[in-house]
Amino acid sequence: MIIDHPLLGPRDAAEFVVKGDAALIDRPDGLADGAGAAFHDYLHLRDNPAGVHRELWYHEHGDRSWLVVTRNTVTHEILSVELARDVARAQGRSR
Amino acid sequence: MMTYSAFHILWQGLTGNKGWTPVWREPEPKPAYDIVIVGGGGHGLATAYYLATEFGLTNVAVLEKGWLGSGNVGRNTTIIRSNYLLPGNQPFYELSMTLWEGLEQSFNYNAMVSQRGILNLYHSDAQRDAFARRGNAMRMTGAGGELLDQAALRRMAPYLDFDNARFPIKGALYQPRGGTVRHDAVAWGYARGADRRGVDLLQNCEVTGFDIAGGICTGVQTTRGPIKAKKIAVCAAGSSGRVMSLAGLRLPIESHVLQAFVSEGLKPVIPGVITFGAGHFYISQSDKGGLVFGGDIDGYNSYAQRGGLPVVEDVCEGGMAILPMLGRARLLRMWGGVMDMSMDGSPFIDKTDVDGLYFNGGWCYGGFKATPASGYCTAHLLARDEPHPVAAAYRLDRFRRGAPIDEKGAGAQANLH
Ligand SMILES: Cc1cc2nc3c(=O)[nH]c(=O)nc-3n(C[C@H](O)[C@H](O)[C@H](O)COP(=O)(O)OP(=O)(O)OC[C@H]3O[C@@H](n4cnc5c(N)ncnc54)[C@H](O)[C@@H]3O)c2cc1C
Repeated sequence: MIIDHPLLGPRDAAEFVVKGDAALIDRPDGLADGAGAAFHDYLHLRDNPAGVHRELWYHEHGDRSWLVVTRNTVTHEILSVELARDVARAQGRSR
Repeated sequence: MMTYSAFHILWQGLTGNKGWTPVWREPEPKPAYDIVIVGGGGHGLATAYYLATEFGLTNVAVLEKGWLGSGNVGRNTTIIRSNYLLPGNQPFYELSMTLWEGLEQSFNYNAMVSQRGILNLYHSDAQRDAFARRGNAMRMTGAGGELLDQAALRRMAPYLDFDNARFPIKGALYQPRGGTVRHDAVAWGYARGADRRGVDLLQNCEVTGFDIAGGICTGVQTTRGPIKAKKIAVCAAGSSGRVMSLAGLRLPIESHVLQAFVSEGLKPVIPGVITFGAGHFYISQSDKGGLVFGGDIDGYNSYAQRGGLPVVEDVCEGGMAILPMLGRARLLRMWGGVMDMSMDGSPFIDKTDVDGLYFNGGWCYGGFKATPASGYCTAHLLARDEPHPVAAAYRLDRFRRGAPIDEKGAGAQANLH
C-alpha cells in the first residue's frame, strides 16, 4: 500500500505503524460519570467494519506524524489521508 | 453410510473404485432446527459433531456462506500444541490435544494427525526461565514438556544457526506431543461425522440477519431463506465482527490478515515444528515435502484474505536468521486468511446478551489446534447452558471485569495488557 502523506507525498506503508480505528481520537473524559464503562468500550470494543475504515497510522520511519487514513478493509484501497492533528482539531480535541 | 477401513480401500481398488458414495448429503434447509450454527469452518463443524455424538442433539444445521472449509480451517499452517501457561488456557488446550489423539478413530477419517514434536527456541537466560515456568505449567496439566539446552537441541536440529549474532540459540522448550494435522481433512472428517448422525450441512447459505425481538433471538435470515432456531451459535472466525454487527453487537475483536508460505517440495529436512518467537517465524515440513512457514500478522485491519509484501520480506528474514539453508529453497505459493484478533489474544466461548445467541470466536492465529476442544466446549455450552470447566474463562465480559487472559502480550495490539 502507498500512503499519500499530506506533507511528504507518497510513502510506502512499511514506513508506518498502525494503531487501528481513528475513533481512538475520541478519548473519553476520565472525570465524567460512567468513565469506567466508557473506557472499557473505548479500549476494547471495535466496529471492525468490512469496507470503509478510518484508522490511525504513525509515520515511525519518517516524520513521526500521526495520520488518519481512510481505507477500504476489503480492497485495501486508500481513499483519503489527513493529518490526525487536523482531524482532532476539527473535532475540538486540542488547542 | 459407508465406514472407511483399509479393507474398504483394497476392495474398492480391486473393483474399479466404483463403490464410493458422496461424503455428505446436500439437504434442503428445513424451516426450523433446535440449534443453528453459523459458519462451516473447523469450530462450527466440530460443534455440530460433538452436539450429535456427546450430547445426543441432532436436529442441528450448520450454515456456511461458501463451501465447507473455505475459511481459515483450510488456510492455516496446521500446527497443534498444548504449550500454554495460564490456568484459563492450558487445561483447555490440553483437552484439545487429547481429543486430537483419538480423533481419527472417533470420526473414522484420516486427518493425518502427526505428533512430530514442537520446539520453541530461546535466546537468553530470561527467556529460558520463562520457558521453564511454562514447561512446568504444561507438566501440571499432563501435557508434558522438556527444557532442552543447546547441546540437546543441536542433536535434534543441527542445521540451526546457533551462533547467530543477534539471536544466538541457547536451547528450546520441547513438546513431543505437538505436531501437525492435515487441516482440510479435519473439516471433512467433522462434517462427515456430523452428517452421518443427522446434522444438515447447508452450503452457499450466508446468514444476512438475525431475528431478534425483545432481547431474544429466534432465527436467522439467509440467502437460502429464513430459518428458525431455539439456539444460534456464531462460529464465523475472521468474519465475527461482520456477522455479530448484524445482531447489533460490538466485539472486543479486530480482523487482521495473516499470511502463510510454502516452498517447493524437498526431501525431508525438518522433522518437527520449530518456532522462533523472537523473530516472528515458525516452520514445519509437510508430508509432501514443502516447507510450511509463517510469521506475524500484517498489522492493519483487513478482510481481504491477502497480505502485503513487507511481511513477506519480514518472514523470510526471520527464516534466514535461524535457518540459513532456507535461502536455497524457492517459495512456491503463499496466501492469507482473516484472523479474529481479540484484545488479549485469547478466545471467547460464551452466551451473548441476546437470549438464544451464542458466540465462539477471537481465536487469533491459534484456533486450529483448538478445534476439537472448542467444538466440544461450544457444544457443552449449547446443550447444558453452562460453560465447560476448561472453557469457563472465555467470557465476553472479561475486560469489563478486569480479567483479561494475557497469555503472552498477543492480540490485535500488543499494548492493551
Ligand atoms: C495463515 C494462517 C495460519 C494459521 N496457522 C495456525 C496454526 O498453525 N495453528 C493454529 O492452531 N491455528 C492457526 N491459524 C488459525 C486458525 O486457522 C483459525 O483460528 C481457525 O481456523 C478459526 O476457526 P474456524 O476453523 O472455525 O474458522 P473458518 O474456517 O474461517 O470458519 C468460519 C466460517 O464462517 C463462514 N462464515 C462467515 N460469515 C458467514 C455468514 N454470514 N454466514 C455463514 N457463514 C459465514 C466462513 O465462510 C467460514 O467458512 C492460522 C490461520 C491462518 C490464516
